[in-house]
Formats: sequence, structure tokens, C-alpha cells
Amino acid sequence: MKKIIKYVIIDILRNKIVLAYTVFLLLISITIFNLEDNSAKGLLSLLNIILIIVPLVSMLFSAIYVYNSSEFLELLVSQPLKRRTIWLSLFFGLSASMAFAFFIGAGIPILLYEATETGFMMLGTGLLLSVIFVAIAMLAAVMARDKAKGIGVVILLWLYFSIIFDGLILFVLFQFADYPLEKIMVGAVAFNPIDLSRILILLKMDVSALMGYTGAIFKDFFGAQTGLIISFTVLITWVVIPAWLSLRKFNHKDL
Amino acid sequence: MIIASNVSKKFGKLKALDDVSVTCLKGECIALIGPNGCGKTTLIKSTLGMVVCDSGFITFNGNNIRHDWKYRARIGYMPQIGRYPENMTIGQVLDMMKDIRGCKNENLDEELISQFGLQDILKKRMSTLSGGTRQKVSAALAFLFNPEVLILDEPTAGLDPVSSEILKAKIITEKNKGKLVLITSHILSELDDLISQVIYMQDGRICFHKSIANLQQETGEAKLSKAIAQVMLKR
Repeated sequence: MKKIIKYVIIDILRNKIVLAYTVFLLLISITIFNLEDNSAKGLLSLLNIILIIVPLVSMLFSAIYVYNSSEFLELLVSQPLKRRTIWLSLFFGLSASMAFAFFIGAGIPILLYEATETGFMMLGTGLLLSVIFVAIAMLAAVMARDKAKGIGVVILLWLYFSIIFDGLILFVLFQFADYPLEKIMVGAVAFNPIDLSRILILLKMDVSALMGYTGAIFKDFFGAQTGLIISFTVLITWVVIPAWLSLRKFNHKDL
Repeated sequence: MIIASNVSKKFGKLKALDDVSVTCLKGECIALIGPNGCGKTTLIKSTLGMVVCDSGFITFNGNNIRHDWKYRARIGYMPQIGRYPENMTIGQVLDMMKDIRGCKNENLDEELISQFGLQDILKKRMSTLSGGTRQKVSAALAFLFNPEVLILDEPTAGLDPVSSEILKAKIITEKNKGKLVLITSHILSELDDLISQVIYMQDGRICFHKSIANLQQETGEAKLSKAIAQVMLKR
């Protein structure tokens, strides 16, 4: 397994996109922290950019990478290797690269400028988000044989998680404004890792007062120790379930 | 050595393999022939576990291959169209395969690498190779680990006459060592001096599986191409 992870990572490093992504994140983070006189404010601006860029790049890059390494997969499958080993190595290789890129690009500036609890929260969720979206992209790539279709699905999924989901939530909130939906909202957030990460970080930032009554409920839930543990468990579930489903699918795939 | 029992595989509506049963024993050299799209490659890919069959099972030395993966260490496979990571060089691909198989250098059979002159172009990237050179890399990889079973899918397609003679000579030496060799090809004339058995497939079914002597006796033809032509005409 280690050998294949090694080859995957060497291959990813050889195509310079991940490097460019790291540099891009690094530039953005440093610029933002230098623009704002208050580094807590900088963190807030960085949050919005990271929550858009990290899922997009992780998903698109992973999906395209999986399609482009179809030859490599085909070659490996005819060798004395378990399919499970091959697929998990690809997953670990991709996750490690994306998480490492995030750590260098955004993590180090965060640690330099804002090494507070909020900063660590942002670092943790950012790393988890990178891995979550690698897993989701790999699931999409193994389900769709056609490259264009697979990448299209990935883009739609990204749109759903970053934009459409919020729209749906707002729609439901306005339509059922007369009903007490706050508790249900807490549950609904579990269906979108991006929103969950955003709320986790915002609550740490003391700006949750801006979120009104719902914010108070969130604070009540996510602020407590158990709430925090539950939300991280949910985030990890977002890694495990897509990864497991894609592995199952890959085990029966014809190459 | 390799036994397929009632293997069926569908791709959508197309029945690629329809209740195929076949037994391949050690020391045989079997030609798998039939028209395009008759399921030869699918059968080969199922034995390698690259295609998962819908029903039936394949055993390798008595073990069902469904839950086994180590058996592939004993197979050398040369695909019809060799697909390799495009941004790796020939040398890197060879080293990677050695590394993955965990082979010590002394057990390797690098005869084909030197005969094909691959050692001079180890630095070339796979994406810059011609079809024939790619085929040479596939062949070299198939024979590299001294496998007990060789599965060659159209080995000589795209090779120049000199290289295909080298490959044929190599196949004969390996066959004489008592290995099982499975070849598919459309060029029947070049199979004449190689094979001991013939499997003829059509529309995903096996029409017959006979030894070459048997076939020659039945048809009264010495050449494989003529014998097969006669059988096809009779049908």
C-alpha cells in the first residue's frame, strides 16, 4: 500500500497543479492577513474564500486525476494487488496531497497570524473539508464512466454544496417562518459539510450574535462540548461514507 | 490450471460471454481465436479479475479468483492495447512494476528488454512512444517476472517482422519450459508453430476446444488457417 501511495504522490507532485494551488492559497492568506489591521477580521475574510476554493479545487482536481489515471489503475489491477489496496492508496495519496497543500497554503499563515482557538478550528475544518471533497469526487468519478459526465457531476455537486443548499434552506425557512424550525435547522446543517464548517468557525469567532435567534440555538448546540464532538463526527462521516461507497463500487468495476 | 465454469458476462444488453466453460492445463499453448467482438478479450480480462463476471466462476490452481489476488503474481499479461501512465518513462514503469511485485533482481527475465533494445530508450516518456514500442514494453513486462502462465492478447499486432520473430521465439522457449501460454490472434499463420490447442469462440460462446492434431485430422488440412476456414464454412 505504501508503495502505491508513494507512486500516486510522486505523480501528483509531478503535475504542478497542486503546487500552484498551494502558492495561490499562500498568496491569498498572506495578502488578506496583511490587508486587515485586525487579524481576527482577516480570518473571517479568509474563511469565506477558503470555503469556496477548497471544496472546488479538491473535487475538480481529484475527479480529473482519477479519470486521467485510468491507465495506471488498469495496469495495477492486472498485478497481484487487492483492488481495495489500489483504491485506498489513490484516496490516501490524493487526500494527503490536498490536505498538505491546504496546510502549507493556508495553515501556516493562520498559525503565524492567528494562532488562537478559532485559527485551529479553521485549520482543522479546512483539512477535513479537503479530504471530504476528495472522497466525494472519487465517488462521482467511479460512478460515471464518462469523463465529461463525471466532471459535470462534480461541478454540480460543488454548486449544490456551496450555493443551492443555502438557497433551499432559506426557502424552507421563509415558507415555514411561522413554525419553530430552529432545531430542525441544526439537523439540516449536517447534510452540508461546508455549512457545518462555516458555523463551527463563526461560533468560535463571537460573531454568532449576528445570526439572531437561530444563531443562539446553534451556539447552544455547537458551543457545548458534545455539540463539537458531534459535528466533528458528522464531518468524519462525510469522509467515511463516500470513501466506503466508492470502494465498494470500484471492487466490482470492469476495467 | 485455469478452469472457467459457466462464466457469463453482460455489458448492458450485449452478452460478451455466454455460459463459457474452459479448462487450461499446464504446458499447453492455447490459441484463442474468433471474429472481432466474440468475447476473447473479455474472457482474458475475467481470468485476470479486471472484469468481474456476472455468473459462474473461474479458478486458478483450484482457488476461486473472486476472493484471491495473489494468483496474479503467477500470470504475465500482455494487453491488446498497453495503457501506461503517460508521464512516466519506460525505465520508471519497469522499476515501478518491479517495486510493486517486490521482485529481487536475480529472478527477473530481462531477455526481451535487451533483445528489443529497450535499455537504450529507458529515458523516453510513455506518451512519446509509437504503438509498436508500447507493444514491446508490454511484452517485456509480461515476461519479466518469469510467470507460470502467460496471457498474450494479440501479441504481434503492431510489431515489426524482426520483433515479432523475437517474441515468437521467446514464446516457444517459455512453452517448452512447461508454462501455460494463452494467445489470441487474428493472424493464424503465425500461430502454426506455436500452439498445441485451439479454442474457437463466436458470439460469446465457445464453439470448440480441440488439440491441433485433432483438428488437422478432422479437416485433413495441415495449416491452421485452412483448417479453421474449413470449420467455419461447415457451420
